[in-house]
Parts: sequence; C-alpha cells; structure tokens
Amino acid sequence: MGDILSAVGNIAFNGLAFAMVLYLISVGLSVTMGMMGFVNLAHGVFAMAGGYVVTSLMREQGVPFPLALLGAALTVAAASVPVERLLYRRFYGGDELDQVLLTIGLAFMSVAGATYIWGPLQQPLQPPPWLSGVADLGFRSFPAYRSFLILCGAALVTALWLSIERTRFGARVRAAVDNLRMAQSIGIDTSRLFMATFGLGSGLAGLGGALGADLLTVNPGYALQNLIYFLIVVAVGGLGSIRGPFFAALLIGVTDTASKYLVPEFGAFFIYVLTLAVLLWRPRGLFGRA
Amino acid sequence: MSTPALETRGLHKSFGALTVANAVEFRLEQGARHALIGPNGAGKTTFVNLVTGALRPSAGQIRLDGADITDLPQAARVKRGLVRTFQITALFRRLSVLENVTLAVCEREGLGGELLRPAGRHRAVIEEAFALLERFGLADEALRPVNTLAYGRQRLVEIAIALGLSPRVLLLDEPAAGVPSGESGLIIDVIENLPSDIALLIIEHDMDLVFRLAQRITVLVQGSVLVEGPPDAIAADTRVRQVYLGERMRA
Amino acid sequence: MTTSRLVEAFARRHRYHPLEGLPWLAAIAAYFAFPSYLPLGAQVLATILFALSADLVLGYAGIVTLGQAAFFGAGAYTAGLLAAHGWGEPITGLLAGALVAALIGLLSGIVILRTTGLTLLMLTLVVASMLYEAVNKASWLTGGDDGLQGMEVWWIFGQFRFDLFGQTAYFYCLIVLFLCWLAVRRIVHSPFGRSLVGIRENVLRMHAIGAPVARRRLVVYTISAALAGMSGALIAQTTQFVALSFLGLDRSGTVLIMLIIGGVGRLYGAFIGVPLYMIAQDRFSTIDPVYWYFWIGLLMVLVVLFARGGVLGLFDRFRR
Repeated sequence: MGDILSAVGNIAFNGLAFAMVLYLISVGLSVTMGMMGFVNLAHGVFAMAGGYVVTSLMREQGVPFPLALLGAALTVAAASVPVERLLYRRFYGGDELDQVLLTIGLAFMSVAGATYIWGPLQQPLQPPPWLSGVADLGFRSFPAYRSFLILCGAALVTALWLSIERTRFGARVRAAVDNLRMAQSIGIDTSRLFMATFGLGSGLAGLGGALGADLLTVNPGYALQNLIYFLIVVAVGGLGSIRGPFFAALLIGVTDTASKYLVPEFGAFFIYVLTLAVLLWRPRGLFGRA
Repeated sequence: MSTPALETRGLHKSFGALTVANAVEFRLEQGARHALIGPNGAGKTTFVNLVTGALRPSAGQIRLDGADITDLPQAARVKRGLVRTFQITALFRRLSVLENVTLAVCEREGLGGELLRPAGRHRAVIEEAFALLERFGLADEALRPVNTLAYGRQRLVEIAIALGLSPRVLLLDEPAAGVPSGESGLIIDVIENLPSDIALLIIEHDMDLVFRLAQRITVLVQGSVLVEGPPDAIAADTRVRQVYLGERMRA
Repeated sequence: MTTSRLVEAFARRHRYHPLEGLPWLAAIAAYFAFPSYLPLGAQVLATILFALSADLVLGYAGIVTLGQAAFFGAGAYTAGLLAAHGWGEPITGLLAGALVAALIGLLSGIVILRTTGLTLLMLTLVVASMLYEAVNKASWLTGGDDGLQGMEVWWIFGQFRFDLFGQTAYFYCLIVLFLCWLAVRRIVHSPFGRSLVGIRENVLRMHAIGAPVARRRLVVYTISAALAGMSGALIAQTTQFVALSFLGLDRSGTVLIMLIIGGVGRLYGAFIGVPLYMIAQDRFSTIDPVYWYFWIGLLMVLVVLFARGGVLGLFDRFRR
C-alpha cells in the first residue's frame, strides 16, 4: 500500500513539474495561433534557446542561477521580436501551408545553428547548490529542484493569469484573441499588440525551456523532437485559450510521467491515444471556442 | 393553403445566454418573392445558416416542401433544392469563372465523385454552365480566375452558381452588398428575372431593392420576428419605423 | 465562334501535352547516361511516387499533413516483413504494402479528418508517431532501432533478378511510377480531382453546392496513403532494408520540402523537386550533415518568401 501511495506521489509530483514546463513553453504558441492565426512550428526553438542561454551563462560566465534564468527569458524575448516583425508578420491569417513550410525551415536551421554554436551534445543543467539534493519536509522528502520548478511555475502561471485578467494589456490580448477585427475597430493597436504578445510568449517559452532543461534535454534537435508535445498541449487545451493549455499540460504531463514510470517500453504511445480520445470528444480542445 | 416551399417552426438557437434565433415561425410560399430585413445583428444570416444546415438549431423544426429536414446535413439539403448565396462572396478564388459554375452543375448531376473519366468529357455540364454565364453576361470572362473580376461581377457568379444547382428555394444573402451602384443594376435585373417557380428569400439592407422585389416582408429584430406582411403594411408599421427605419432617420 | 472555342479550351485541359513525355525520356536517358548511379536513380523514382502521393493530398486537396511517413513506413514494413518471412514476391509485396497503408490511411482518416488546421496537422503527426512507437515496441518483429534485417526479395516474374548494379530496381521503380502517375493524372483531371481543388479553394462553398466534402477528403487521403505505401514498399524491396526512420518526422518533412522546391499542386513539382533535392543531398550532405540541414532550412524559408510556386512557378513567371 505504501508503495502504491509512494508511486502515485512520485507520478503526481513529477507530472506536475513536467506540466509546468510544458505549459510555460506552450502558452505562447496557443496565443500566437489564436490571435495571429499563425502556425509556428518553430516555437520550440525559443524554448531550446532559453535552455542553451541559461546553461551557457551559468557554465561559462558563472552567472548565478536566478539571473541566468532572467537572462534567458529576456534574451529570447528580445530575439523573438525581430523574427515576428520581419518574417512572421507577412503570413498572419494566410495560407497554412506557407506557415508550416516557413517555420519548419526555421526549425531545421535551428538544429544546424545550435550544433554550430554549442556542439552536438546535450547541455545538462547544473542547478545551484541550494537547489540540489532533496528538501526534507518530514513526512516526505522532495527533490529540491523539481520542487522549485513547481513553485516557480505556479507563481508564474498565477502572475500570468492575473495579468491577463486584471491589466489593460491582458484585456487587449483577450479582445484580440476573441475577435481581431472588432479589437482593431475599437482602436487597439494590433500591430504592437502582436509584437508584445509574441515577445511575452517567446520569453515564457525561453523561461520554460531554461527551467525545464533537466526534463526536456537541451540538445540541437530539441525543436523538432518536442514539437509534438507542444502541439498536443495547445490543441488539447484549445487554440487561443490561455487557461486551456494549463489543464492540457497537467493531463499530458501526468499521463506521460505515469506511462514512463509504469510502461516505459511504450514510449509516448499513451499520450497519443489520450490526445486522439480527447479530440474525438472535443474537436476544438478542452477549452476551445465553438 | 398549399404546402409552403420552406417553413420553420419554433426555430431556436442560443449560445449560452445569448439567443440569436428566438422560436422563429416562418413561411416561404411556393414561388414567393419574400424579403427578410432587420437591423444589423438581428440574426438574418444566422437564420439562413440554421435553415441551410450550416448551424445546428437548439430547438425547432425546418421543413422543405413539407418534408422535415431539421436533421439533414447541409449537402443533403442542397440536393433537395435548398440553395443559398453568401453575404461575403465565397467563390473558388483561383479557379476560372466557368469552372466555378461547372463544379456546381457537376455536383448537382451527381458526377462530382467520378474518379477516372476526365471532367472535360462531360460536355453537357460544361455547356450548361457556360449558358448560365452567357445569360449573366459573364461569357467573355469565362476563363479568367474569378478573383480577378470586379466585385459586382463576382456577386453575379455567386448567383450563377446558385442557379446552376437548380434550386427550388433560393436564399440570397445581401446579393447587392458591397457592390458599386453602377454594377448593381445587372444584379437586380437578374433577380427580377428569376424563374417564377423558384421560391425566393432575399436578405437585404437596400430598402429600394426590397420594396421593388418583395411581395412579402419579414422583419427580424434580435432573433425574433417583429412583424410580417406585405410591403405597404410593413412600411406603415410604426414599430418597424422605430426599430429599423427609424434608425436611419436618426442617423 | 469565340464561345465554343472557350468551351473547347476548357474541356480539353486533360489532353496530353508533348512536354509530358519529357520526364520519361529523361529517366530512360539517365539509365544509359549514368549506369553507376542506378541505385540512387531507383530511390529517386520511388521517392517521386512518395512526393506525388503527398502532392495529391496536400497540393490538390489542401490537407496539410506532417504524417505521410506513416503510410510510407507502413508500406515499407509490410513489404519488408513479407520478404523477411518467406514471401519475397515483389509485386504482391508491393500491393500488400499499398493495401496496409491504405487501411491505415482510411482508419486514421475517419478519425482525424473531422478536424482542421493546426489540430489536424498535429493529429497527422500523432498517427505517424503512434506507428513509430508501435513498430519500435515490436522490435522482436521489426528489428526496432537496428532496422529490419533478412529481407530476401525474389525475382520479378521469375525473370528479373535484383542485381547489384540496380538495373532491375531502376526499371521496376520506373514502371511502377509510370503506372501510378497515369492513375494520379487521371484522378487529378477527373470531376473528383476538380472537386478536391474546390475543397482547397473554398470549403464553405463546396458544402454549399452539395458536395460530400468529408467523404471526398477521406477518399483522397486513402488513395494518397496507398501510393505512399507503394513507394515505401519500393524502397524496401530495392534496398532490402527498412529502418525506423522511414516513419519519422524527418521523412514527412523532407517530402514537403521536395514538393515545394518543384511546385505544389502542379503534378510535376514532384518530378522536379525530388531529383534536385536527392541529387544535391547525395553530393553535399556527406560533406557536413549538419550544414545540410541549415541550407535546406534556409532554402525552404527563401522559397516560401520569394518563390512560393517553386521551380514550376518560376517557369510561369518567365513565360509571361
């Protein structure tokens, strides 16, 4: 009995940590898809870049972990803006095939680019001493880093949801996702909104990639390897939804952890079955708009 | 009273708290010239979507020539002669004008699923489509991509496609919308000369057009039928003036 | 006079044009001109069939898919497993591959084609990934990561041995490609094929003219799967090897690249894009595989930005 409880606890804990990472990375993709009507298959590149930046900053520059995280998020956010302005913008609301081909091409380039800059091997994340090891809470001990991941993720998600609900920026985002033409006609500068939203989404992805570097290993093939996970979270959550992907991420994160724990030879098979089942039941995703 | 060409009984649609069609009772008589008017957002296009099957009703019944079609998919309703045009032109953009109409005639004839014979072999279909183009004065542009045509002429192609389907009931959703007044004359002509055995329902904002073409008018406001009757009665009705015509006077 | 000329021109679009003989002449010429490259040539021909299958579903019907490799791999493993377990007859192996792939296409299509856009794209990827995982799991049967070993393909009609120089393989692939091309060409010019273009151009309109859209999409998806399965079987039989990578995202992605280089939805884009890509890959990717991905990615970006119609599109522009 104790073993089962322990297993359930492990799955829940690690599943939650994975869910946090998946959500932070995928929420930007959901909004980009919902607001700009843009299928960005290169979204994983931002997460990958975040992972590379944080590991490089820590390893080569000796930057302390919290600063490195911040650096990763900001660098990726800043670098994403020119991509949006110069490249993606032309394809908004356009032919889906164009968007797919363009962003797959960018993803391919990212594989080569990452290999060129950082080499073909994966970059492990060395968490700082105060986050290594376990945190003993008496009744249970939890791995410190994963606990931090969950807490940090929860804080970020809360901050995100609050700002979407309470700030003017958040209101504009919600309006634009809901009905772009209407938002434009009430005077929202959608051009700047796209840029800001894209930057925020990419920055969050970078942060997610950085925080989750030990769950989704940082290596040159990252963007293509994990693409399917991000797409699943977004589609199951509901395109354009901000909360939806969170619940999808929980579902996927826990299921994936459980299946890796209980039936590892099957790989991600059960995730796929789950995805098909959910989308058969609700083709627009859990929180998708009708 | 003969069977109406189209009839809705208690047609209702709501999205949560928002009701877009409120238990609508509607009759379109055989060979009718009927107009559906109402302020913006009244639910006119929604009504057409419900009737044609593009939208599922929350409740109510739809009858075509007396037969219940409420559960039929859109394509099946078209096969029975219920045809619509779109408010915002929906054509096969990069295809030629002729091909746009040919596709419709081909589907009507049940040939659309044929895999192994070239489409060009079905001469009768192509010639019928071409004859329609000639009737509408579109013959010279037959092979041009339809998105290179002037907007008014694109609206004509919409109607040509609809006629290519041999409709019994034709729903025209704002046929003259967005068309420069110089080009709308041809559209009005075409509508006036439609065969009398087709029951016609026009959604329009252009009151001149409505009063010229319609024998009966239904006024829809916020999903509910406000009043229905012959043009004179509608024009004289104070409620209509308040809600709809009155808005124009205030503007 | 003008009127009937217009109708004539329209009704004759399916007639054969002399230029259409060019790819076949080129293929036969290549046989004699490059005798040491026939194995590569056979692969190119089989891959053209793969690209044709993708063009049908993507270029004509407008179904954006990243999972064509599922059908390719299914056909390959079917033919491969048959040949590895005592039934090496190539033609029946080919047909079996097509059938299995078609079945997977039909079943998965019924489930996933109700969705559109990003969701559909993701689901095509999911189906391919599921197949990948299943084949990987069944490594006792399929060889898993190491690939399928022990294929023994028999002589075609008992007459033609698959020789080391690739002569038989080349003609085998050429003839299969030719027959399939005839079929695809027919389909594309048929009322069904034209209705697919209608579905691509305006699906709303297609519903409104009474076309059974879902059924048409399912049919083309299944046909495309069968053709992709055939091409996978061809590769398996001519190289006597099947790898897990046949089912991967890479394979699905590169067929899209090859198509867009040649021109999507033009039937002949495959005939231009596939040889260009594969010959270039043969030359350059061994120099530095990493850089290969970079240049291919860059090429895709540039093509989408400046030459969206591919090589065929550029020809069009120069003609005007």
